[in-house]
Amino acid sequence: MQSFDLGKEGLRALNSSLHGLKGQTNMTAWEVINPKGAHAIAAGVDAPVDITVRGSTGYYCAGMNKQATIRIKGSAGPGVAENMMSGTVIIDGDASQYAGATGRGGLLVIKGNASSRCGISMKGIDIVVHGSIGHMSCFMAQSGNMVVLGDAGEALGDSLYEARLFVRGSVKSLGADCIEKEMRPEHIALLQDLLKRGEADGKAKPEEFRRYGSARKLYNFNIDNASAY
Amino acid sequence: MTEFPKTPPRFSATFTPAINAEIRRAAASGIYDIRGGGTKRHLPHFDDLLFLGASISRYPLEGYREKCATDVWLGTRFAKKPIHLEIPVTIAGMSFGALSGPAKEALGRGASAAGTSTTTGDGGMTEEERGHSRTLVYQYLPSRYGMNPDDLRRCDAIEVVVGQGAKPGGGGMLLGQKISDRVAKMRNLPKGIDQRSACRHPDWTGPDDLEIKIMELREITDWEKPIYVKIGGARPYYDTALAVKAGADVVVLDGMQGGTAATQDVFIEHVGMPILACIPQAVKALQDLGMHRKVQLIVSGGIRTGADVAKAMALGADAVAIGTAALIALGDNDPIHEAEYQKLGTTADAYDDWHEGRDPAGITTQDPELFKRFDPVLGGRRLKNYLKVMTLEAQTIARACGKNHLHNLEPEDLCALTIEAAAMAGVPIAGTNWIPGRNGGF
Repeated sequence: MQSFDLGKEGLRALNSSLHGLKGQTNMTAWEVINPKGAHAIAAGVDAPVDITVRGSTGYYCAGMNKQATIRIKGSAGPGVAENMMSGTVIIDGDASQYAGATGRGGLLVIKGNASSRCGISMKGIDIVVHGSIGHMSCFMAQSGNMVVLGDAGEALGDSLYEARLFVRGSVKSLGADCIEKEMRPEHIALLQDLLKRGEADGKAKPEEFRRYGSARKLYNFNIDNASAY
Repeated sequence: MTEFPKTPPRFSATFTPAINAEIRRAAASGIYDIRGGGTKRHLPHFDDLLFLGASISRYPLEGYREKCATDVWLGTRFAKKPIHLEIPVTIAGMSFGALSGPAKEALGRGASAAGTSTTTGDGGMTEEERGHSRTLVYQYLPSRYGMNPDDLRRCDAIEVVVGQGAKPGGGGMLLGQKISDRVAKMRNLPKGIDQRSACRHPDWTGPDDLEIKIMELREITDWEKPIYVKIGGARPYYDTALAVKAGADVVVLDGMQGGTAATQDVFIEHVGMPILACIPQAVKALQDLGMHRKVQLIVSGGIRTGADVAKAMALGADAVAIGTAALIALGDNDPIHEAEYQKLGTTADAYDDWHEGRDPAGITTQDPELFKRFDPVLGGRRLKNYLKVMTLEAQTIARACGKNHLHNLEPEDLCALTIEAAAMAGVPIAGTNWIPGRNGGF
C-alpha cells in the first residue's frame, strides 16, 4: 500500500501522483493520512485504484472521479464526488451539502446523513444514504437512483426529470412536479441491488421503501403551470 | 357652420404603437415574449466615443509600414499553459443546441484561421468545435450538461460562467423543438422536453466557495489551464474584484448588448448595464487590486467593428469577444433569405426567434434540412475575413494614435459625444476637459 501524508507532502503532490496512475495499475492501494479537512482530495482520479482517506475531508473530495474506489474514514465536506463519472465513493460519516451533485455515473455511499441538496442535478449517478437527507435534495435530478434509508427534508425532487428516488422514512414535502409512484417488481429488484452495493442490505428491505418520480407536467412550458414555480 | 382644422392624430410617446402591440400580444397569449439576441433599445455605446488621433503633441505611426502588434496572452496569473492569441477578438460562448454542429464547426474554422479562440456553451463540447478550434475555451456552467474531466483536460482554457450580459441573474431554457436526439443525449435528458439551465451553480454559493471550486478545477487539470470567470454586467466593480479574489486568471465581462439563445424580452431589455458603463468599473477594480494586465479582462456585448475593439481596449480591456456579430458574419439574418423571413412574420436583420429552431440561414437550428443550407467551410472563411477586417481597423486607429500595440491605447486617446457616454466611459466631452461624475462615483 502506498501511504501518503497529506500534512507533509501537500495536496498538489497527492493529486499529481494519483493522476499519474492513469493507464497503469501497479500501485492499486493508497492511503491518505492527515487529510485535516483539505479541499479537492483525490479530485480527478482516472484509474481503477483503491484510495482510503483516514479522516475528514473538505470540499469536493473525489470530484469528477473515474474508476477509483475512494473510502473516506470520516465525514465529507460540500460537493463530495461532484460530477463523478464512474467508480465508488464510500463515506463512513456524514456528508455536507451537494453530495454527488451532477454526478454522471458510479456509486456514492453515505453511511451517515447527507445535508441539503444531496444529488442536485444528478445525471446518472447512484446514491445510497444510510441516514437522512436534507432539504432540496435531487433538485432538477435528471437520471440515476437515490436511495435513502432514513427521512428526506423539504422539497424533495423539485423540478425532477427522470431520476428515481426511493425513501424508506418520511418525506417532509415533495417539490414541484415530484410525485409518489407505484413500486413495481423491477423497482424492488433495482433496490435489492443498490442496497447490496451500498453496503446496506442488512439494514433495510426493498419493500420498506416508497418510490418518487417526476409527474412530467413541467417538461414543456405551459403558462397554466406558472403558479407551480 | 365654420369648419375648423381638426387636431391631427397624435401618437403617445408612452403608449407607442410598438408598446400597444405588445400589450395586445400579451393579452391574447397570456405569456411573455421570448426571443434570442441582446437588447434592441438605444443605449450609450462605443458610437458615442471618438478617438482624438495624433497631432503635434502625439506622433502617429505609418500605416502599412510601422508595426502595430495585436497579440494577447491570457491566463498568465496561475496557469502553467497560458493562451497566446494573434488577435484580441475572441468568439464568445454559444452552445451546440442553440447552434447547429456545422455552425460550431464554422466558428472553429474561422477563429483558428484568424488566430483566435472559440468557446463552447451550455451543451458540452462537440467534436466539430474541438476538431476545428486551435484554441478552445470550455465553459463550466450551472447546468453542467456534458461536463466531464476528459473534456476539461483537452480544452485550452476553462470559463466558469456566473452570468451573461443578456440576463444577469437568469438561467436559460432550450425549448423542446431544438432538442434533437443528439442534443438530448449530450444533455442526458429526454428528447423534445424544454431543457432548463439553472441560474446558480449546484455545488457552490458565493465568492469563498468559488475560490475553492476554481482550486478544484485547477487540481483536476494539474494547474495547466487558464481559468476565466464570466460575469454579466450588473455590478462589475465588485464582481470583478470578487472574481480576482477567487483566483480567476481572466475576467470575462458581458454587457447587456450581449446575445442569448433565448430568454424573456423583458429580461433582455430591462436587466443589466451597457458594456460602456461596465468596462471602466471593472478596470478600476483591477487597478485598485494592482491586477490590471495581470488578470486579463475580456469584454463583450455589442462589439461590431475594429473601432469598437479599439475603444474597448483603450478603456482598459485586454481583449474582446463577439457572438452576435460572428453569427451575422456566418450568414445569420442575411437579406438573401428575405422571402423566408417574411413567411416567419419577420424580416432580415430583425429575426430573433432563434429558440424556435426554424432559422432560414441554417445556423440557429437543429433541423437537418435547414442546416444543410449552411456551408461550414464558406462560413469559416467569412468569419476569418471579418475578424481580419476588425483587426486591421483597430490597427489603423491605434497607429493614428501613435501606438505600436493595441494594448497601448488608453482613455486619454478618447473623447465623448454625449454626457452619458462621457460619464460612463470616464472620458471628457469632446472639446472640453469635463468628465461628468469624475469627482464622485466611478
